[in-house]
Amino acid sequence: MNTPFLIVIFVLLMVALALLPWAHRAWSERNGRADSTKTSPIPDEGSMFTDLEHPETSDDELNRQTQGQQSESGPDLLRVRITKARDLVSNRLKDIRGDSVDPQIWEKIEELLILADVGVHTTMDTIARLRATAEDRGLSEGGMVLDQLKLQMMTELSRDRALRTVAPKGGVPIWLFVGVNGVGKTTSIGKVARRYSDEGRKILLAAGDTFRAAAAEQLEQWALASEAELVRGSEGADPSSVIYDASEAAAARGVDLVLADTAGRLHNKVNLMEELAKVRRVADREPGEVCEVLLVIDATTGQNGLSQAREFSDAVDVTGVVLTKLDGSAKGGIVFAIEKELGLPVKLVGLGEGDRDLVDFDPDLFVEALFGDE
Amino acid sequence: MNARKVAEPRTASLAKSMFQSLTDRFDGILSRLKGKGRLTENDIAEATREIRLALLEADVHFNVVQGFIERTRQRCLSADVSESLTPGQQVVKIVNEELKTILGGESFQVTYSSKSPTVVLMAGLQGSGKTTSSAKLARWFKSQGRNPLLVAADLQRPAAVDQLQTLAKQIEVPVFTAPEGAIEAARGGLLEAQQTGRDVLIVDTAGRLTVDSALMDEIAGISDAVEPDYTFLVVDAMTGQDAVNTAEAFHATLELDAVILTKLDGDARGGAALSVKEVVGRPVAFASTGEKLQDFDQFHPERMAERILGMGDVLTLIEKAEEVFEQEAAEAATQRLLEGTFTLDDFVEQLRQVRQMGDLSSIVSMMPGIPKEVKDADVDEREIDRVEAIVLSMTPEERINPDVVDGSRRARIAKGSGTTPTQVSNLLKQFKEMRKAMKGLAGLGSKSKGRKSRTKKGKKGKKNSAKGGNSRVQPKESPTIPKLDIDGLDLTLPGR
Repeated sequence: MNTPFLIVIFVLLMVALALLPWAHRAWSERNGRADSTKTSPIPDEGSMFTDLEHPETSDDELNRQTQGQQSESGPDLLRVRITKARDLVSNRLKDIRGDSVDPQIWEKIEELLILADVGVHTTMDTIARLRATAEDRGLSEGGMVLDQLKLQMMTELSRDRALRTVAPKGGVPIWLFVGVNGVGKTTSIGKVARRYSDEGRKILLAAGDTFRAAAAEQLEQWALASEAELVRGSEGADPSSVIYDASEAAAARGVDLVLADTAGRLHNKVNLMEELAKVRRVADREPGEVCEVLLVIDATTGQNGLSQAREFSDAVDVTGVVLTKLDGSAKGGIVFAIEKELGLPVKLVGLGEGDRDLVDFDPDLFVEALFGDE
Repeated sequence: MNARKVAEPRTASLAKSMFQSLTDRFDGILSRLKGKGRLTENDIAEATREIRLALLEADVHFNVVQGFIERTRQRCLSADVSESLTPGQQVVKIVNEELKTILGGESFQVTYSSKSPTVVLMAGLQGSGKTTSSAKLARWFKSQGRNPLLVAADLQRPAAVDQLQTLAKQIEVPVFTAPEGAIEAARGGLLEAQQTGRDVLIVDTAGRLTVDSALMDEIAGISDAVEPDYTFLVVDAMTGQDAVNTAEAFHATLELDAVILTKLDGDARGGAALSVKEVVGRPVAFASTGEKLQDFDQFHPERMAERILGMGDVLTLIEKAEEVFEQEAAEAATQRLLEGTFTLDDFVEQLRQVRQMGDLSSIVSMMPGIPKEVKDADVDEREIDRVEAIVLSMTPEERINPDVVDGSRRARIAKGSGTTPTQVSNLLKQFKEMRKAMKGLAGLGSKSKGRKSRTKKGKKGKKNSAKGGNSRVQPKESPTIPKLDIDGLDLTLPGR
């Protein structure tokens, strides 16, 4: 017998044998899930945190503190930055605007939406309704259809995007930043810290990413830059305990808001999501009170963004989305699906490389910037 | 291979491995066609429409999808009527071929420069995973017997240099950096490598947007300074339609050689991988499939195509196994297995080696013919820990002869391993049944060439019946194991 073959047999056997109990459980769980739709299996606490291997990609967003972009105010900045991205689609838009309403125009709009990462499902749905409206009102020119499209998309984005900086029960307000690796969690925290520090609030940063190499150092530099305080643990420490320490420290020092970083994790890693759920529970203990759980999503993300939003929501009750890196040729169309299917509002947008360019999300401007061609 | 594609009922599930959902969609669409004796133009139109949706949902670039669909449609309509295939099978064949064309043929081969060091430049957007990939790549070169030097030329992101240094320490690779600037760091690194006899130089750069002309100029400057033999673009597998634009822009500035695909262990469908190859003409050279530094390997397009088509990836599995298993020990253990003298010690030992190959879920996903339910569910590694704990709580005698375990011993083992007596007895029962089945098989797998494939089939067949004897059988569970490799191993081994 040749060795590779032997070995493969072996591997199969070992894995099969080892997985039997688990496969059995997976089956019963799956069958069980069919009956009661939402029984998330919560394993026993004791063994839950044995496996703390997180992904460790760089969590960098555009943090060149060297260049502060102070001249432009938020909304203008949004427009200017997205304009860059828009150039790529502007020819298509012109084409549509000049078109008469024929079957081809729907294909062109479909292409436009798909290329903006809006997603097949949402695109089809949007076009179906747009088409019905167009027929209803007898829209005859491409330009009219395009305006209607923008109107339709704007009205579908949620209006409630208020960020809660005050804890209802009077605890120390904590914002938790979560997301997959490399979306820009740490950088977003730095920028939020900068923003509130500028408003004169006392901010404390909690270095809850104890896994990625040098994550705490990165946050430390942001703390220095934004004159915020920092609580950190050692590398490999339990993130829950770091964040709990932070909330105690915040209570003692009269801090207005705690911004807690967490390690990036892929949403399909069960153990890591369980760990995150624990972080949230612990952060919510006195004296802390979790006011926002912000899911950071990279604007270049495709259809996977929806899956990220779903899984993180299930695990930690996400309250809003931070859309980062919206300054390249990124489009961020996935937020339409996220808002619509999960009801999660985008609350903040990261626009670029300066430390003051994290701004409130404005749906009208966003849609206008994506599909506006004036 | 087509005969196998008659799809069993599949259910939607949350977690999907890379490409898995694409595989499922293709399966469903094509199996519906296959049953048909005659295909109308309508059938073809419907199938191509569904394939189109499946590809778009997988983030394959719009233009690539249009091209794929158009070619497939044309070929289906003008297909020569083959005597041996039904029209349905012909469509399946055409789709298979087109898919393989898109993914690209040969694996990317790294050749070393005659003038040392061989220079590798890493480029990409922010957060795509350049720093981690640089370290993983260094580890890979080390495993190839090279002496890499890392250059930390990301001076933009706070603590990026620290991050690279921390990772480099884990793999014992030196890092060169210079605070003056990225180009200086790269140039200095090259000099350092030449002086210290390092034969591979990996330059990690800052993430940059393609619209940022200042930074694009900087990386062009780095490229001019070190004249890389290879320029790799690091792309996040979760990227959407934009992946192609990014790749085109970097390609225009830097002349890319290949792509490194990261975060493949997520549930992204990896359409970016398909698109970049098609649009920029550069293959995926490496893929990063996990959080540990060793979860990184060369990317084999042809194997990935087979994985999409639901055939598993046995070649990679074998390679990984060969890396980890000690040949002699494995052979001896197999021998004992066939003789029926396989002990629980052997089992734990082999299990440990299997785990060295990587995440169990990634191993499972490489196996052909594994039902979706098993592939999709998240493998809980703690279950394996538990199995190990049970065995380790046994006395040497019990490990050799599990029959001696009675009620009180079982209680003791359960206590020692933090499990329940039921768990202990289940494991023992399964182990004994497997051992018995294997022993019975030894007789089957005799002699000559036919033996390999027969043993294979026989083993699995028996294994299944062994499970059938299990008092806790789940009727639905049994079909999982028989499928395990009957199909899959047959698929790949003939090429051996």
